[in-house]
Amino acid sequence: MTDKQLPVDGKGLLNNPQHRAIFFQVLALALVVFFAFYFANNMFENIESRGITTGFSFLDNTAGFGISQTLIPYDDGTSTFMDVFIVGLLNTILVSVLGIIFASIIGLLLGVARLSSNFLVSKLALVYIETFRNIPILLQILFWYNVVLAALPGPRQSFAYLDSVFLNNRGLLLPEPIFQSGSSAVVIAFVLAVAAVIYLTRWSRKRHDDTGEEFPIFKVSLAILILAPTLVYFIVGQPITAIYPELKGFNFRGGLTIIPELLALLFALSIYTATYIAEAVRAGIEAVPKGQKEAAKSLGLKDYVILTKVVLPQALRVIIPPVINQFLNLTKNSSLATAIGYPELVTLFSGTTLNQVGQAIEIILMTMAVYLTISILISLLLNWVNAKMAIKGR
Amino acid sequence: MATYTMKEAKPAPTTNKGVVFWLRENLFPDVKNTLLTLAGLYILYAIIPPLLNWMIFDATWTGSKDEVVNSGARWIFIVEKFDQFMYGFYPEALHWRPNLVGILSLVLIFGFKYIGSVKLKIATIILFPIICFVLISGGWFGLEVVETEKWGGLMLTILVAAVGIVASFPIGVVLALGRQSNMPILRTLCIGFIEFVRGVPLITILFMASVLLPLFFHDGIEFNKLLRALIGITLFQAAYIAEVIRGGLQAIPKGQYEASEALGLTYWQGMILIILPQALKISIPNLVGSFISLFKDTTLVLIIGLFDILAMVTLTNSDTNWLGYEVEGYVFVTLIYWVCCFSMSQYSKSIERKFNTEH
Repeated sequence: MTDKQLPVDGKGLLNNPQHRAIFFQVLALALVVFFAFYFANNMFENIESRGITTGFSFLDNTAGFGISQTLIPYDDGTSTFMDVFIVGLLNTILVSVLGIIFASIIGLLLGVARLSSNFLVSKLALVYIETFRNIPILLQILFWYNVVLAALPGPRQSFAYLDSVFLNNRGLLLPEPIFQSGSSAVVIAFVLAVAAVIYLTRWSRKRHDDTGEEFPIFKVSLAILILAPTLVYFIVGQPITAIYPELKGFNFRGGLTIIPELLALLFALSIYTATYIAEAVRAGIEAVPKGQKEAAKSLGLKDYVILTKVVLPQALRVIIPPVINQFLNLTKNSSLATAIGYPELVTLFSGTTLNQVGQAIEIILMTMAVYLTISILISLLLNWVNAKMAIKGR
Repeated sequence: MATYTMKEAKPAPTTNKGVVFWLRENLFPDVKNTLLTLAGLYILYAIIPPLLNWMIFDATWTGSKDEVVNSGARWIFIVEKFDQFMYGFYPEALHWRPNLVGILSLVLIFGFKYIGSVKLKIATIILFPIICFVLISGGWFGLEVVETEKWGGLMLTILVAAVGIVASFPIGVVLALGRQSNMPILRTLCIGFIEFVRGVPLITILFMASVLLPLFFHDGIEFNKLLRALIGITLFQAAYIAEVIRGGLQAIPKGQYEASEALGLTYWQGMILIILPQALKISIPNLVGSFISLFKDTTLVLIIGLFDILAMVTLTNSDTNWLGYEVEGYVFVTLIYWVCCFSMSQYSKSIERKFNTEH
């Protein structure tokens, strides 16, 4: 392992560990450079002989194909491949963020259920976890899409909830919020409420550090966050309305449509990733020594205080790193959407665009660069969290 | 002098033992838990009977598809298409070849520890993959050639997983050692490769292998689709294995490294005789975990056009005589994957428990 710490007799040029280290490294580097050069050379020859253009100028060309879900304005006739790239990227981010939210909720509930003293609840959670984590995620995506969602009825027989939410084989239809003039006041009220909560949290923590007095921060924050925007909403005169989906002829008009591809992907990703999050939550809570809970109890603390002030702060330190890793895995797994044609980055860019343009190198490099950037951002976040949560010696 | 005799211990009161006590303690201790238990029982009631009815009691196991009267699963589809699910388009008359490879592999896995000499073991490890390849692909010893396009089904899934595991292992070990070495250039190269591969999804690596790899070589060098997928999967898996083994290497006390140097062993002697045996041993549970992920990830080869067992579901359903049997197909494939992955994870847990008692 540590060659250079060996006694160096310095006689033979070949036997000197430092010389050897330099030799092997130069050799390795030379091999890598040689292969890189060899591959690049072949690549340029092949590209030339096949008449493929190079460079990123194709991004300005008109794409000319339709996309079933776009978060930014997109037009089949005029939008460029750069727009396609952005649409795909945004759809990837959309499905990842939604998936992370649902997976965290399901995973947290499952992890807590797994630790329940109730035999049946704990075993049910175990069965869920062992079932879904041992089935390939691609199989789950295909199953939801080809079997469950394909079996839904057509628009005329759709499942309806309160005449405003509909589920059929075209997707899930929700009322679409319409922001009229004055709705900005509600948004401003919400932002102010968030700022107030942040300030309040700091103030209560400082007061707790100084005087030891408790402040019901959670209840008060929740009240501020809900009450302030609601009050403003009614004062300004209910500026936010909704368009409800309506059955016109054979299909629905209006409202927000969540396409079946997105639904299938969300179901599969959150159900699958939740099993890993549940295991992380369980491991984290079990990692807190029993003595900590007993000590807190013998000090006369209430169950709620024991959970929030003793168990969770220690458990979170163990829980958060693996959970963030699972968020990254979920984001990477969202690329499997290409199997069911959900228009995310890999489907649109490495799939459709590559087929139309043929510039494999640029397109695959750009796709990989996006995922690498996301990975690096998430690992930076992880390092920051780890540094923040590290036990500080006094 | 009075004599005292020890009395027998009284049995525990009936309220503190037996089935009723267990039920009260674990299922119905208070109102909240009683409600939870009832909800759990309802979930069981809502899922288990319909599932069992569909899968077993109302299912159709034999007969032709026109005679189906039961409402449950029509397993006759699986029976009819069983060969395709197992072997893809591999010629039926030659099915004995993959079967023989399967039997030989089982014999090797369970009989390996009875091989006496180390040289024989190494020879087996090197020769066995060659024998398997010749048996499946043919071309030598008068065996009929079967093109890789015809390989498919569970056979292909296991083949991809096995090659991924076997080929990525040595690369992973070398990468892990490189990452741990104190030669800066070597270390940077290894870290760069590992972090790059771990940062991108497998599907982009497979795309790269299937689209870019042919561009990297002269026109004369041909890669078939399967080989490209295998290269992609091997490189991907190697990066993950490297990280698992690095974990094992870091857990070895520094004294072990120093002791091997003090004995005058060279770097490779010290690694192979002292460090790696210990590091690999403690990595086994995580290695098995990584193999399970790989086994699940083999499904991705269907996206680049190989016909693994999952791809067979769509393929067998495109037969005009057998339309609309997706559910049975998916459930069958799910069962196969689940049984394989679950047994591997139980195996890894049992190893972990075994190691725990030793320390």
